Amino acid sequence: MTIGHTIPIARRLRHDRLMLAACLAATTLAIAVLSALLISIFVQGFSSLDWHFLSSFASRKAANAGILAPLMGSLWVCTICGMVAIPVGIATAIYLEEYARRSRLRSLIQLNISNLSGVPSIVYGILALAAFGRCFGAISSDDPWTLGSPDSVFFVQFPFGRSVLAGGLTLALVILPIMIIAAQEALRAVPVSLRQAALALGSTKWQVVWKVTLPSALPTMMTGAILSMSRAIGEAAPLLVIGGVLLLFSVPDNLMSDFTVLPLQIYNWAGRPQDDFHRIAAAAIIVQLVLLLGFNSVAIVIRQKLQRPLQS
Amino acid sequence: MIRLDASAPVTEPFPTPSTAPSPPAPAGGPSPDLRGAEAAPTRAIEMRALCAWYGSHQVLHTVDLDITAHRVCALIGPSGCGKSTLLRWMNRMNDTIASARASGSLNLHGLELLDPTLDVVDLRRRVGMVFQKPNPFPKSIFENVAFGPRLHRSYGRTDLEELVEQSLRASALWDEVKDRLHHSALGLSGGQQQRLCIARAIAVDPEVLLMDEPCSALDPRSTASIEELIRELRETYTIVIVTHNMQQASRVSDTTAFFDEGRLVETGATDILFTAPRERRTEDYVSGRFG
Repeated sequence: MTIGHTIPIARRLRHDRLMLAACLAATTLAIAVLSALLISIFVQGFSSLDWHFLSSFASRKAANAGILAPLMGSLWVCTICGMVAIPVGIATAIYLEEYARRSRLRSLIQLNISNLSGVPSIVYGILALAAFGRCFGAISSDDPWTLGSPDSVFFVQFPFGRSVLAGGLTLALVILPIMIIAAQEALRAVPVSLRQAALALGSTKWQVVWKVTLPSALPTMMTGAILSMSRAIGEAAPLLVIGGVLLLFSVPDNLMSDFTVLPLQIYNWAGRPQDDFHRIAAAAIIVQLVLLLGFNSVAIVIRQKLQRPLQS
Repeated sequence: MIRLDASAPVTEPFPTPSTAPSPPAPAGGPSPDLRGAEAAPTRAIEMRALCAWYGSHQVLHTVDLDITAHRVCALIGPSGCGKSTLLRWMNRMNDTIASARASGSLNLHGLELLDPTLDVVDLRRRVGMVFQKPNPFPKSIFENVAFGPRLHRSYGRTDLEELVEQSLRASALWDEVKDRLHHSALGLSGGQQQRLCIARAIAVDPEVLLMDEPCSALDPRSTASIEELIRELRETYTIVIVTHNMQQASRVSDTTAFFDEGRLVETGATDILFTAPRERRTEDYVSGRFG
């Protein structure tokens, strides 16, 4: 009467234990490698980490060198990057998920976004150099168009040249595909029944998005923002192309200032032969990690605030 | 008559052979509500030669049906007979499905609902909908009820509070939730959630309430409370309810329309349709021999 033959329970349980062991082993391996990396960096760099290191500019002597310029540069660049890429990414995702009809054009855009997230970041650097740095040669950098006064933080010149604004926009390009895809996934996870409930009450499409879909999707979008920003903060290659300076003795004071960032400084120091420079490179890595945690905690705080459950 | 699709087969509207006999006036004389005080029962919704498709699949074939104002009309029939599709055309929720189209005429108090230029946002304010599964927003009870009214008008705080209380009273939920209006709606039981969804729908003051199997996800006790609510609400609203439950149809509705394979088989006063159906198929279905 019964079809097939019974698989012995002992075999199934053995299989169960085996898979658990395999998953545990994979997790342990990942954590072990990460901790080895972190421990070696802390051992090397912790002694160099003091206020002098944080508040001084670069120097030819490792003992006098500090990371004020790249630290402030990273802060500026990543803030600009986040302020551009996160809203634009979310808006794009809303258009693609909520408004765009299922057409061939939409599939084409979708395919391109997926592909763009895999493009080497240095390619974005080259594009950004042409677009932001030089305005495709349309405007000569000897005779730039200016907006506002150089005393203002929001001073802007076209072309952007090797400015902190160009750097931030370059990183925004790099992370935009990741941000869009993450935001799309978040929107897709919102139950259709909630959209229908809002529509059936006479909401316009935008009211559905603004009052129902977006609030439900934002916490997940923030996770995407964290991942994107982590990527941005660690990028060196595209900024090297756009003109991040390796040795800089000033901090940015407006959007057109020269800049350098922590990954560039780390790259510079780590490539030198002297051990002293390797130690301060490790210290800079620690600072970079802390900065990353700082940026991510903003997103985490937003997420927690949004997810805060009502009393039930 | 508006034809969205010229190629669609459109038959001449013929007088429905089985139109509901004019139902008796509501017991207890005219209701104090203005809209309940109309002298004679009027037709709220008229359908003539209504056909509907999803892609190339025709789900409704030349349906002629009238729905009387301030009565409960039950749509019954086996799964896939087109009754939910019909419901979803009455507030144009089918607009969200790209392949959905319809021809013929579907008229709400003189407003042609199949008109492609119709303002569906305003239509959906006039025609509320309650879904199969309770779908409250992940917000507080108060915010759920206030959601609809706020879409259309701006309210003062006290006006809004009053409106929320009225709607919750009308859906027989007020006494259960008045002390926790600002708690999450997701903490309510399934039956309470569904009554909250009804409160949310009536807070925008619609003329018609569409209910798509509103009790199918609920236990018998919650079902009973929703059914009681439906009987009370018909004083104020025209109600169209899709149900798979014969007993429910016979308990709550004044008229019933039986659909099979996309065609309206029979319609009439509920007690007559259930006790003395004219069609063989209707009799088989309501007596549980198929479906």
